[in-house]
Amino acid sequence: MPAGCTAAFQGIYPKTAFSVPVVNIAFGAAAACASGISSLYKAAGKKTRVIVYAGDGGTLDIGLQAMSGAFERGTDFLYICYDNEAYGNTGMQRSSATPLGAKTTTTPGGKPEGKKDIDAIIAAHRPPYQATACASYPQDLFRKVEKALTFRGPSFIHVLSPCPPGWRYSAEKTVEIGKLAVKSGTWVLYEREHGKLTISPPSKAAMKQPVPIEEYLSLQGRFKGIDADTVVHLKEEIAGQHRELTSRETKP
Amino acid sequence: MKKIATGNKAIAEAVRQVRPDVVAAYPITPQSEIVETIADFVAGGQLESQFIPVESEHSAMAACIGASIAGGRTFTATSSQGLLYMHEMTNWAAGARLPVVMANVNRALAPGWNIWAEHTDAIQERDTGWLQVWVATVQEAYDTILMAFRIAEHNRVLLPVMVNLDGFTLSHIMQPLDTVEPGDFIPPIHLPDIVNPKNPVGYGALTGPADYFRFRWEIERSMRDAGAVITETQKEFAKRFGRTYGFTEDYRCEDADVVVISLGTLGKEAEVAIDNLRSEGIRAGSMRLRWFRPFPQLDLAGKEVVVIDRNYSFGFGGVIAHSIRSKNLVPVFSVIAGLGGQEVTYDDIADFVRNRHSGEEFWFGVNDRV
Amino acid sequence: MYEIRIHSRGGQGGVTAARLLATAALHDGNNATACPFYGAERRGAPVVSFVRIDECPIKIYSQIRTPDMVVILDESVIDTVDVLQGLKKGGRVFINSPRTRGFAGFTTYATDLTGIALREDLVVAGSPILNTPVLGALAKIGIVSAGSVTTAIRGMFTDERNARVAQEAYAETKL
Repeated sequence: MPAGCTAAFQGIYPKTAFSVPVVNIAFGAAAACASGISSLYKAAGKKTRVIVYAGDGGTLDIGLQAMSGAFERGTDFLYICYDNEAYGNTGMQRSSATPLGAKTTTTPGGKPEGKKDIDAIIAAHRPPYQATACASYPQDLFRKVEKALTFRGPSFIHVLSPCPPGWRYSAEKTVEIGKLAVKSGTWVLYEREHGKLTISPPSKAAMKQPVPIEEYLSLQGRFKGIDADTVVHLKEEIAGQHRELTSRETKP
Repeated sequence: MKKIATGNKAIAEAVRQVRPDVVAAYPITPQSEIVETIADFVAGGQLESQFIPVESEHSAMAACIGASIAGGRTFTATSSQGLLYMHEMTNWAAGARLPVVMANVNRALAPGWNIWAEHTDAIQERDTGWLQVWVATVQEAYDTILMAFRIAEHNRVLLPVMVNLDGFTLSHIMQPLDTVEPGDFIPPIHLPDIVNPKNPVGYGALTGPADYFRFRWEIERSMRDAGAVITETQKEFAKRFGRTYGFTEDYRCEDADVVVISLGTLGKEAEVAIDNLRSEGIRAGSMRLRWFRPFPQLDLAGKEVVVIDRNYSFGFGGVIAHSIRSKNLVPVFSVIAGLGGQEVTYDDIADFVRNRHSGEEFWFGVNDRV
Repeated sequence: MYEIRIHSRGGQGGVTAARLLATAALHDGNNATACPFYGAERRGAPVVSFVRIDECPIKIYSQIRTPDMVVILDESVIDTVDVLQGLKKGGRVFINSPRTRGFAGFTTYATDLTGIALREDLVVAGSPILNTPVLGALAKIGIVSAGSVTTAIRGMFTDERNARVAQEAYAETKL
């Protein structure tokens, strides 16, 4: 577990909130550290699973090099990225996971760049398993984690994690906002097993009949004042992603 | 309109007035407010600067090096782990003779994660060729950033400067702040030998054993010249803006029998201890060390010395204590206190003085009461 | 030197209250410092801020151990935090409360800051603004002058309701 929100709510010495062993490590080093642990267990024939649990900053930015290295070497581990689309633990500065037009403390006028497609980067490493998930669809998330743990080699799960203070909405709307992300097609739920792509049912439904993205954006203070041009760009980004995914989808 | 500001905000305001060409930075607690405020200035049009939100601190310094070697004025800010991650590149910046200015918000090193004040992060940079100064008030943070750019960019220096402030204790405290109109106190940047396609030069390429050492000597030569430049800059600052700074801030040292030496906010807290000790009949004084690189010549003749190190070099000792022992050839009572934000009050500092044992090392909170 | 400890919860503006108080003290011609204490917690967790006011320059950075006054912006923190810890003998307490409150041995002032804020609809992200009305109460108690409070508030907020709620709190605070 590198620096990030979860490292903070792990709690403070001498207590911990988690009932699994947690190795805390420097921000950019998670996947490399996991490589070391995994390598040792492999040599010793131990079945203990190694899981990296990192935020978007620690994955898409500072942790990218280590993660790419670990995936390229075929490291046996599961990498879970919880994505609240900014550096949450330090007060919501932009990360490369911040979407186009979103306000953060370092993009007060809205982020000029689009969201980095980490799933495509991971796919380029050809892992046995990768998936996207969303905190608002817990059963889907649990199923994907369990499935990932059945694979040997690197697997990746990218979880959209709505964040009340960061996205600027009232906490009781978290589940709704996560669902709107999926229903609007902004966030697509899918999994890829040895390259075979399956789009998850909620996203299949969303692609057929998407909820207007404006409904998703309007609930969040970080998109307040977003201009029409940016919304058009966002829609184009999403449409492009859908085309890409649908074309790669493995037909039954 | 009386102004009150945090250490971080004061630094951001000073940076705005200095008008850097490029600011490249990565968020880390407790520095983030500096960079956010600068981003706000850029977005709001109060600062025309390229803000590069880099993907790591190593990249932050690399970006500053690039911008600087292209002729621009650069600034970054970081803390603890971030500074450590930068370390390869802080060495590079000094070696490349680039006047990058950095605000480092002193914070303890992991593991375990600790976001509170400690000086080890910057102390570990002491061999790099960076000039290093420690500030203790919001006003001083603001003033020193202004001076840092002038010193760094001076043609007799051309070395990067690190301004250190205690995490949370100074970065987040609100104190009165008087801003100034810098005018031409910081002249426009004019670096020699910047990248120029019309006069192509290679920078930092393979340099063999017969030549390399000369470059290292040049760094040291400039570090020695920096002393005079610092003095001149501080004099000029006092003349223009009315506030005087030295290599140290001395409080009641002239007739002191025992002097407490420390860095950062502990050096102000120490002044309260000094007053209490004086009323007990102990002639104590406080010498707050501001400039650590270049290390100044301190006048400690005939005085007992108590050093408070908010840092440690394992297997060796407190770095400030050892610096003073070797530079001044005096015995010291070495106190190790304030690590990881450990609370140190003026009462504690007075106790260190009352119970001093010259030549010994005392770990506050670990060793029994002396 | 006068030392004040402010208890609130993250997100309620306790830190801004400290800042405004220090600014008002500056306008009174005094020295002042304000500092929040950050633990590992974030939103909703109890937060403490410190304010020191003195005629002389303030050189102390360590936490306030024996405050002259304790300000409680959120009554509910009393359940988990020893808000009176270290309060000097003869010290004073101010509490944001609609009821009359007393803390044995300490002069206590209670004003319904929440009610005042809600009346003016001064609410942000679901929380009533407490950091401006509390300044009015503290001015009535005599910590800072009313004029400096207004100057400090107007220097930070363009919404005039902030100055108004301070004035209302000033009027409603009973000595």
